[in-house]
Amino acid sequence: MSRKPYEPTLPNTWWLEKPFYIRYMLREMTSFFVGAYVAILIVGLWQLSQGPDAWGSFLGVLSHPLSVIFHVLAFVFATFHTVTWFALTPRTTPIMRGDHFVPPGPIIGAQYVIWAAASIVVLAAVLW
Amino acid sequence: MSDTTTFTLEVLRYNPESDDVPHAESFSVPYQEDWVVLDALNWVKDNVDGSLTFRWSCHMAVCGSCGMMVNNEPVLSCKAFLRDYLKDGKGTITVGALKNFPVEKDLVIVMDSFMEKLEAVKPWIIRTTEKPVEEGTFIQLPKQLKRFKHHTSCINCLLCYAACPQVGLNPGFIGPAALALAHRYNLDSRDQGKDLRKDVTASEYGVWECTFVSACSEVCPKDVEPAGAIQEQKIESSIDWALDHLIPGRKAR
Ligand code: SF4
Ligand code: FES
Repeated sequence: MSRKPYEPTLPNTWWLEKPFYIRYMLREMTSFFVGAYVAILIVGLWQLSQGPDAWGSFLGVLSHPLSVIFHVLAFVFATFHTVTWFALTPRTTPIMRGDHFVPPGPIIGAQYVIWAAASIVVLAAVLW
Repeated sequence: MSDTTTFTLEVLRYNPESDDVPHAESFSVPYQEDWVVLDALNWVKDNVDGSLTFRWSCHMAVCGSCGMMVNNEPVLSCKAFLRDYLKDGKGTITVGALKNFPVEKDLVIVMDSFMEKLEAVKPWIIRTTEKPVEEGTFIQLPKQLKRFKHHTSCINCLLCYAACPQVGLNPGFIGPAALALAHRYNLDSRDQGKDLRKDVTASEYGVWECTFVSACSEVCPKDVEPAGAIQEQKIESSIDWALDHLIPGRKAR
C-alpha cells in the first residue's frame, strides 16, 4: 500500500482558537506601544537638543488630546507587558542556590523591587 | 453493561486510500467513570469499527505514544478521563490527530520529521577529551543533576509540537522537545558537546524561531519545561554573539 499522508496547514486565524493564544498575541501587540513610546521619547530628546523653541513645540504636540490618549494606552500596555514578562522570568533565568532552585516568588518579587527603586530614582531626579 | 449512559465520541478520521481530507465520525460509547479517552477508542475498535487506527502502548502516561487532540487540546489520551469532559456521563468528546503533523491514518501522525530533529541535536553525552578507564567514572554532584533533571523527563509524546504555533508555521523549526533535550545535554556536567549542538540550536531553525508563546510548557505532561530551556539557550546564544563582536579573534567555538 502506498502512503498518502494528509498534510494540514495552520490557518492565519490560529491565534483566535484559544484564550491562551489570544493572551499571547495581546502581549506581542503591547510591544508596538512600548516601541512607539520609546520612539517618541527619542524624538523628544532630539528636540531638546535643538533649543527651547523646538522643545516647546514638542511639548505642545504632547499635550494634544490624541497624544494624551496614546500615552495612557501606552502606559496600560507597558504595564501589562512588564507584569507578564516578570511572571515569565523564573522560566527564562532559573537560579540555583546550593542544591535547589530558587522558587519563582522571590525571583518575580526582586524584579518589582528593582522596578520600584528605579522609578524612585527617576522621580527623584525629575523632581529635584 | 446494562442501562449504561452513553456519550458521543466524535473522531476525526482519515483514510489515505479513500479520503483527501479528514472527516468527523461519531460513535455512541458507553460511559464508565474510570475510563479515559483511550479506553473509549479501544471500545470502539473492539466493538464497532476495527479499522479505527491509533497508537498506544503503556496506558499509564509513560510511553508517550497516545498523544492526540481531545476537544482541541493536545493530551495523552490514556491520561484524559472521560469524567473531566462530560457531565453525568453525557455529552460529546471530539478526538483528532495531533496538530502540526501529517496524518498517516485516523489518529496516527507521521513523526519522521521529529525523529530527524531529535537526531540533529545530538542528544547524547559528547566528550571532546576522554579519560582513561582507570581514572574512574565521571562524578556528578546532586546539584549538578538537579540543574537539568526536569529536562530529562521527556517521553517524546509531541504534545508540545501540537501546541506550538511556530511549529505549525515553520515546519523546519527544531521545536520544543528536541531543543529541551539539547539543553539537557548542554547542562550536563559530563558533557562537552555544547559547541557542536550550537550549529543546530542557534541556527535559523533553532531557538530563534521560538517567540515564547510557552504553550509547550503548558501542555507538557511531564513538566519538562521546554519553553524555559529554549529561552535559556537564547540568552546564551545572545551572550555568545555579543562576545564574538566585542572580543577580537573570539569565535563562539
Ligand atoms: S517536552 Fe513534554 S510535551 Fe514535549 S514531547 Fe517531551 S514530554 Fe511531551
Ligand atoms: S499509552 Fe503510553 S502514554 Fe498513553
